[in-house]
Order: sequence, then C-alpha cells, then structure tokens
Amino acid sequence: MKKIKIKKSRKLNRSLGGDIFLMALLLVFGVFSAYPLIMTASNAFKPLDELFRFPPTLLPRNLTFDNFRDLSELMENSWVPFTRYFFNTIFITLMGTVGHVIIASMAAYPLAKYKFPGKTIFFSLVVYSLMFSPHVTATPNYIIISSIGLIDTHWAIILPAIASSLGLYLMKQFMTQIPDDLIESAKIDGASEYRIFWQIVMPLVKPAWLTLVILLFQRLWTTDGGSFIFSEELKPVSYALRQIAQGSIERAGTIAAVAFVMMIVPVTFFMLSQSRIVETFSHSGMK
Amino acid sequence: MQSTSIDITSKKALRKMKIDEIKKHKHLYIMMAPYALLFFTFTVIPVFMSLGISFTYFNLLEPPRFIGLENYMKLLLSDDEFIIAIKNTLILAVITGPVSYLMAFVFAWLINELKPKMRAFMTLIFYAPSISGNAYLMWLIIFSGDVHGYANSFLIRFGFIDNPVLWLKDPDYILLVIIIVQLWLSLGVSFLSFIAGLQGVDKTLFEAGAIDGIRNRWQELWYITLPSMKPQLLFGAVMQITTSLAIAEVSMQLVGFPSVQYAGHTIVTHLIDYGSTRFDLGYASAIATVLFLIMMGANLIVRSFLRKLGD
Repeated sequence: MKKIKIKKSRKLNRSLGGDIFLMALLLVFGVFSAYPLIMTASNAFKPLDELFRFPPTLLPRNLTFDNFRDLSELMENSWVPFTRYFFNTIFITLMGTVGHVIIASMAAYPLAKYKFPGKTIFFSLVVYSLMFSPHVTATPNYIIISSIGLIDTHWAIILPAIASSLGLYLMKQFMTQIPDDLIESAKIDGASEYRIFWQIVMPLVKPAWLTLVILLFQRLWTTDGGSFIFSEELKPVSYALRQIAQGSIERAGTIAAVAFVMMIVPVTFFMLSQSRIVETFSHSGMK
Repeated sequence: MQSTSIDITSKKALRKMKIDEIKKHKHLYIMMAPYALLFFTFTVIPVFMSLGISFTYFNLLEPPRFIGLENYMKLLLSDDEFIIAIKNTLILAVITGPVSYLMAFVFAWLINELKPKMRAFMTLIFYAPSISGNAYLMWLIIFSGDVHGYANSFLIRFGFIDNPVLWLKDPDYILLVIIIVQLWLSLGVSFLSFIAGLQGVDKTLFEAGAIDGIRNRWQELWYITLPSMKPQLLFGAVMQITTSLAIAEVSMQLVGFPSVQYAGHTIVTHLIDYGSTRFDLGYASAIATVLFLIMMGANLIVRSFLRKLGD
C-alpha cells in the first residue's frame, strides 16, 4: 500500500501549544477523578496482606476473590436471610424508578405539549423546587409520612422519590422537541390523548427514560432506609452491608468488596446507556 | 354604573370560558394528577409546613406549642454552633459552587474536542464519581491520619512534610478535605448538560466566525460557544448552587458528626442534628426555613445575573 502523505492542517482556530496544555490539564484531572474509583475496584480483589502493603499497589498483585467469598459467608450467617435485604433494595429501586418514569412522563406530556390553565404556575413550582435541596422538607416529610401510616414500609422511600422534580423537568424539556405534527396527525386519525401518549410519545422519549432511571437509581440503590424503616426484615441491602463493614480490621477486604458492588452497578448502567443519557441533556436548558 | 355591570358579566363570561377550558382539557389534568398529588404532598406543602412549625415548640410526642419567633431568636442570636455552620456553609459554597461549575464547563469543553470513543470514555471518568454510591469513602483511606494514609505517605516520601497530618481531625484541614472530596463528586447533571449543550452548538457558526476575524479558541469560546449555551449554563448554575449549599453527607461520613471543634459543621448537619438526633422539630424547621431562604436567594440572584449577561 502506498501511503500518501498529506500535510495535516490543524483544525480551525486551534494551536498546538494550546492543545498540549489543555490535554495535559484534562489528563491530570482525569487521574484525580479516576484514582479513588480504581483503588476502590482494585482493593476489592486484593488479599488482606496486600491491602495493608505500603505503598499501595494500583492493581492487585495476587488477584483474589476471597473478599467476595468472605462477604457471601457473612451474608449466609446473618440473622435475617441476606436475600431478604436484596429483595428490599430491588423492590424499592424497581418500584421507585418505574413509578417515577411513568408518573413523571404522564405529567410531563401535558406540560410540554399543551396550553391549559394552571400550567405555567405548576411548571414554575417545579423549577423553583430545583432550587432547594430535599433537606429543607425532611422534617415535614417525616410528619406527613408518619401521619399517612407509611412509616416502616418501603413506600416511605418510594413515594417521595417518585415525585422527584429533576426527572419531571428533564422529561418535559425533552418532550418539547417532539414535532407537533406527529401528535396532530394521530389526533386526526382518531387516537385518544391517552393512546397518543402511550403509543407515540412514550416510545419517542426512550433516551429520557434512561436518564430518569439513572438519576433515581443511584439514589434508591444506596438508600439505607434512614429513619423511615426500622424493622430489620424491611431494611435495604446497603444498611446490612454497612453493618458488615463496621466490623474489625480484618473486615477491610469485605468492606472493599462491598464498596465495589455498590459502585459497579450504577456505573455499568451509565456506561451502557451513556449516549442516550447525554442526548436527553441537550434539552435540559433553562430560560 | 353601566361599566361595572359589563365588568361583572364579562368576568362571568371569562370565568365560564375558563371552566370550559378546564373541562376541555380534563384528560390533561387526569394525566398530571398522580404526579401533582405526590409533588404537593412531599415538596410544596412541606415548605409551608416547615415555615409553620418553625414558630412552635414541637417534639413529636406532644402537640406543637406556638412560641412565636423564639426559635429564630435563639438561632440567630445565641446559637454559636449555627454561626459556625453558616460560616462553613458559605465558605464551602463560595469555593465549591463556582469551582465545580467552572470544572464542569471546562472539562465538558475539552472533552468535546476529542474523538467520539475517547469522549465517551472521559465523560464516564468524570461523571462516575457522582453516581458511585459510597465510593467516596475511599477518601477515608487516602486522607487517613497515620503514615499509611495515601496522602500522608506521598507527601512524606517527597519531603513535603515530616510528620503525618491528621487530615480528618485537624480543624485546619477539615474544610480543605471536604472541599476536595466535594469537588471530586461534583461533576454531575450539569456536566452532562454542558456536554450535550456543546454538541448542539451550530458548527457553521465557527466557520462564519473565522471569516469574521475570530482567531483563536478563546475568542471562539467567548463569542460563539458561551452565548449559544446560555440555557444549559443557567440549568447547570441552579444544580451547582443547590448542591454546594447542601453539603452534609461528605462532611458527616469523612470528618465525623459532630466534627472536631465543629470544623465541618454546616447548616444541613445542624438541621440533621436537631431534626433527627434531638427531635426538636420546631427548631429544626427554623433552620430549614433559613436554609430555604439562602438557597432560593442565591439561586434567584445568580439566575437574574446570568440572564442579563450577554443580552
């Protein structure tokens, strides 16, 4: 094969010096960002003596799955069967994310595509609610949840999560870009509003589903039940894992395994759905 | 006289029109009802409840007792820990807010120059900390106070310090540690929003700009990229401001709760202290109301400033 050498012209308005400087900056901060995560992952696969070896090794020298074996042994010996904790977390995460995607999308569609009395004020309330953190409402929420009898049930965690306003905001912004013609022509064909929503709008906003899922998933997956759930058999897995982690020094390996398990699930999910999630955010802008 | 009667009839007509319109859109209200119900129950009503409870003494066991402004008087005039909490919160917010905002934008901007695969990889690297659950606890080992802590051993080995620093116990370093970890965690939704926004900037604008005399990337950034990204920049500002004023988890997990000499105490940890530990809900609600006002105030001021920018 004959190679043709073309003098590569630099991209528009880019200097070599600037490129090198900025890429170096990116590299330094990339290491800052990745290092603790790499260490979390690698510690999970280190034997105990290597965990305390000094200086710390970036990658395990003697790769082992002992930490995970110890973790599962501890789980088997726990008073409440460990599968129960897993079930609790999966139930909370599944009901919360599915509920959030459906209920927030149902509310986002009218806000994105129709004009009706009360719309503007409702949406501004949603935008204002992005401006303060949930800590502000934590105390009254406790009172409300206990007065409707949801204390010590999974719903105490699920219901407030479903009402998360960031998800509704992003979904509404994303739906705004669906062409009106599509909805109009379905209406002319005689489809009801509900059918238009389920059969035309929802399939079109799949990228936004994934975004709502990742935002809620990370919150629910790591919940420990807080002050809302006190029955041992209703506690989520992250609570149980923390109890395990509070053991003595020889638990260091197990702790690393736990941190790895909690980290890898949301990160993998993001990795697989990244391009669609980023697509959703192209409509996240605020006026 | 006549004009008022016309007013009344036209008002009636208007109201009828409005009711008709609501009836016509009945299905829209039905679709919004489940979300609206939950949103009002867990977000809107609690804000007002919190305000109401803040004027009472309430411990969950007895019914709330009205005590006027007593909670606020105590909070603002005689609660020394709260003064420390406000000071720490403002220091943390003033540093982590703008720095994280800048980091989110600068890294998004640099990543945008990369080829698609590399771009996806770097996005993952920067975004992963914010979705990694409790992985930030790795910083406990990094900043561990003995010679085996990664930071200490590194600094000793290269001769910056002779003795290990008690990063998590020394009040001189506690805020610094919280700032570093918080910045590490801070490339969240605003970062994704900026990445998406940059990809959406009309490419032909750059060529047109070059013809009009834009000579380097900095001018390009200032005159073309930033103005076309205003909506994302506004959204990102709201996200970063709210997060930077709500720092608590990182402080509680890393430097302890309460931290040494309250050096890591923030408004939110103060709120958690009174709400969840001492069950003084009236006082906790007063703290929540002050926090609410600070967060809303900061957001609205920055928003109106950013809106004016470049107009």
